[in-house]
Formats: sequence, structure tokens, C-alpha cells
Amino acid sequence: MRELSLHILDIAENSLAAGATKVEVAVVEDTKRDQLSITIRDNGKGMSDDQVKRVLDPFVTSRSTRKVGLGLPLLKSAAEACDGNLTIESKPGKGTITKVCFQLSHIDRMPLGDLAETWLTLLLGSPEINWVLRYQVNEKKFFLDDSTIKQEIDDVSITEPRIIKIIRQMVRNGVEAVRQNNKEK
Amino acid sequence: MPAIKSIEDLKRLREEAQRVRDLKVQEGKTEIVISMGTVGIAAGARETLKAILNYIESEGLRNIIVRQVGNLGVEGQDPLVQITLPGAEKVLYGKVHPSFVSQLMKQHVCEGKPVADKVFKL
Repeated sequence: MRELSLHILDIAENSLAAGATKVEVAVVEDTKRDQLSITIRDNGKGMSDDQVKRVLDPFVTSRSTRKVGLGLPLLKSAAEACDGNLTIESKPGKGTITKVCFQLSHIDRMPLGDLAETWLTLLLGSPEINWVLRYQVNEKKFFLDDSTIKQEIDDVSITEPRIIKIIRQMVRNGVEAVRQNNKEK
Repeated sequence: MPAIKSIEDLKRLREEAQRVRDLKVQEGKTEIVISMGTVGIAAGARETLKAILNYIESEGLRNIIVRQVGNLGVEGQDPLVQITLPGAEKVLYGKVHPSFVSQLMKQHVCEGKPVADKVFKL
């Protein structure tokens, strides 16, 4: 996976496999601290300390609790190569917080990629989850809690063509506005 | 933290949902499932899902449920897509890249004829 947005999808899939009903994804670019951080917080079944160690080991996979393959170890390695790190906080029954940080300007940092498309994939592909999404560049932020959207559409499928179109525009415009604001500065 | 979705966006959503509800569609729903585990994502499943959603949107296809799942249990065939038409058996396709999506959606989802030479048999 050559873009961070794809890794976000991968971590979010771990949250779904852990039975989460609410997943918060925050992507924050801080140019003053020269840091890019991605935090994914879920209310899934969580892991013991031993399981956390194992999911970060590329040669040991515990599939009895979560479907974890090479995704997290490779992302951890990529973060450490860019003066960053990956940490997992988790407790059984309490959910999991996965946080990965990179030096924003590091020459080897993989690009963020198509964040809007990743968010659309999450919103439209797993509508049973309450997604809380935040993209922030310095002070400018785009925040989306899809419970409001679901309240508006009620029993109508989120993959109705016109609904897809409106949500696509909402997400693309929101992400682009944050990016544009940063370029202007 | 305040939500920044505009009132206009929500108003449009509400109106569109009301319009859809007013149509009172009674037909069954077609289900499209795409494998989005680590391997699926690395193999391009996000772009495949994007192509499927674009097709639904551009052709105005209704009564379709799209779902992502972690793993469909087949190795080496990602991106995997499983299509279930109302009252029909599940049909699994392997290596569904965006270039194949248009044919797949037209032939299987719209016309009800599976693309026989592309069906993955377990």
C-alpha cells in the first residue's frame, strides 16, 4: 500500500472485525510541529497487552480476535523510517486506539493519497457503523459525524444514486477546502 | 466539536430521501459485497468499489446495497466481488478491477446475466 489513506482503510477494517459500532478517524497535519498524525479510535472488543504485541509482529498473527496481517507492522515500520511511530492502546471490552505519526516533511513519507475516497468507502461500504471523521490542517478542519446524515435519510439506503452524489460532494468539498486553505497559506 | 456540514447539504439530503421514499419501491434488493481486507485493499479494492459506486450513480441504479467485508475467504483473487440478485444464488468474481466493473454491472446487475467466463468457482 503506497498511500496512507489505504492504511486508514486497513486499520478501520480491523475495527469492523473487532465488532465496533462507532469508529472515529482523525487525520491531522500540523506544519508548525512538522507532524502528520492519524488516529483511529473504535469501541470494538479490544485486545489484551499480549495481543497488542502480537498484532505488531509481522510473523505472528492472531486471527482468533481480529483479522490482522502485515498491514500494521508495515505501517509501523514506515512511520519509524520517517521519525515517527505507531502506538496501540487497547483493553479488552474497552475498544482500541491506533495512532500513527510521521514527520510531515520527511522525504520518505508516503503521501496521504485520496482521503476523500477512503472516507466515502467507509461511509457507503459500512453504513451500519457510526463514522466520525476529522481532517485538519493546522487550524482549518473538516468534521463529519454521519449520524446526522443517517438521521436525515432515515430508512433510505445510503447507496441510492442521488444520496451517493450528495455525500460524495459533501466529503470531497470538505476535504478539498481544508487542503486549499493550506495551499493558500 | 461542531459539525461543519452545511445546512444546504442536509436540506438536499432530506429532500432527496423524501423523494426516494415517495417512490415506494417494493422490489427486492441486489447486494454487492466487496472484500476489503489488507490484501484486497492492496490489490485495488477501493478503486473497484469507487467504480461500482460511480456506475450506480451515473446509471441511476436503485435498490442496490453495497457492503465492504474483511475477507471473502479466497486467496490470490482480490479484488473479490460477490453479487446476489433478488432470489438468486450468490455469484463470486475474482480480480475485479475498475476496467471490468462497467461490463459486470451492466451484464450481471442490470441484465441479470452473470459474466460466465469471469465467475470464480470455489
